[in-house]
Amino acid sequence: MKLSKNAAISESGLLFNPVTGESYTVNPIGVEILNLLKDEKDLDQISKAILEKYSTDRVSFEKDYQDFIGMLQHYKLLERNETTKA
Amino acid sequence: MKRRKLNIAVTGLNAIDSPGPGVSVIRALREAESFDVGIIGLSYESLEPGIYMHDIVDRTYSIPYPGAGIDMLLSRIEYIHEKEKLDVIIPNFDAELYPFIKLESKLKDMGIHMFLPTMHQFEERHKVNLNDFGKKYGISVPHSKVIYDLNTVHSLQSEFSFPMIVKGKFYDASIAYSIEQVKTYFNKISAKWGLPIIIQEFIHGAEFNVTGLGDGKGNTIAAVPMRKQYITDKGKAWGGISISDERMLDMTRKFLRNTKWRGGFELELMKNKDGELYLLEINPRLPAWIYLAVGVGQNIPEALVNLAIGEKVPPFSDYAVGKMFIRYAWDMIVDREEFEQISIYGEL
Repeated sequence: MKLSKNAAISESGLLFNPVTGESYTVNPIGVEILNLLKDEKDLDQISKAILEKYSTDRVSFEKDYQDFIGMLQHYKLLERNETTKA
Repeated sequence: MKRRKLNIAVTGLNAIDSPGPGVSVIRALREAESFDVGIIGLSYESLEPGIYMHDIVDRTYSIPYPGAGIDMLLSRIEYIHEKEKLDVIIPNFDAELYPFIKLESKLKDMGIHMFLPTMHQFEERHKVNLNDFGKKYGISVPHSKVIYDLNTVHSLQSEFSFPMIVKGKFYDASIAYSIEQVKTYFNKISAKWGLPIIIQEFIHGAEFNVTGLGDGKGNTIAAVPMRKQYITDKGKAWGGISISDERMLDMTRKFLRNTKWRGGFELELMKNKDGELYLLEINPRLPAWIYLAVGVGQNIPEALVNLAIGEKVPPFSDYAVGKMFIRYAWDMIVDREEFEQISIYGEL
């Protein structure tokens, strides 16, 4: 999965979909994950980056990550990427 | 180089909860790069705010309501033209387009230009004819039915499910959740705008508008889609954001190509949860939010004036996505003498 090419994410955490005109706010860790998705990083790479920076375990992170991905899919903000896995 | 000065008359100076486009159109004209303007306001009522906005409108003249007939309107325009030497008129109300379209060639003979849809285009896109319009041009429209008689309301239940939209022929629309509400809105809207009433299938979803300009030959000169972000209880956008939905732009280009639309317009669109796009209405004029188009790089009123006076206008190729408009209301302090001047003498 990667962030839709249409989605624009600001440093402060405003996520804007220029096709639908919808906007969402995400917290700073959300911004980090979105930027990693935008760079087409896969789950292992994203997990590694977050676990290096924050004191959490992989199981907790992956649970929250899948919730977050589910929400992004619900709002049609993700695109499939054949070369990466979510 | 000194720019040509054009005297442009503009209607729609009202600003109630369903504001007229006039003031926004004038703001756009005052920012035009290809000409300077003198702005003549044309008003129907003495309390239209644009009349008193002296940095927006140079002079205002009252004009008769469309119901007074074409001859009355022509005679008033002849008087105004004698004093102001009008180059262009931009009518901004649906209800006044019929007389202005009828007068277009007479006004042209007087040296006054307009850039309006043809009578055929004006009639064909009417919400009364939306079903046929959708079929003819292959554009998805919600199912609708025209009714003239309150007694036919009960039979609607076999064709429509609740809620359904009850619409006036020019303005106003209400969502009805029962036959009793359909009857109430039928009476209320027909008392104001006359018959027929249009019953339309209710499409759940998000509301979008596209404004633009067709050159009358099938070409898209301008097109800007907007998502309504803040909607008043009249269904009007009080805030909106420019978007880049290619399907909306395709639908707009298809509409212009197939109808050879001439003039400004606004498409009212609804996108349901499955992403299907429906055309709810075609307004045959520029919308009140037209200044957003200027803000994103397409000065549509300027292009419309240039087409009206016979200039070549290249199509706009781009606009800024993600720009918002947020409307506000502003209380002006006005001397009673000004109100008196426009009310008694019809000029200010």
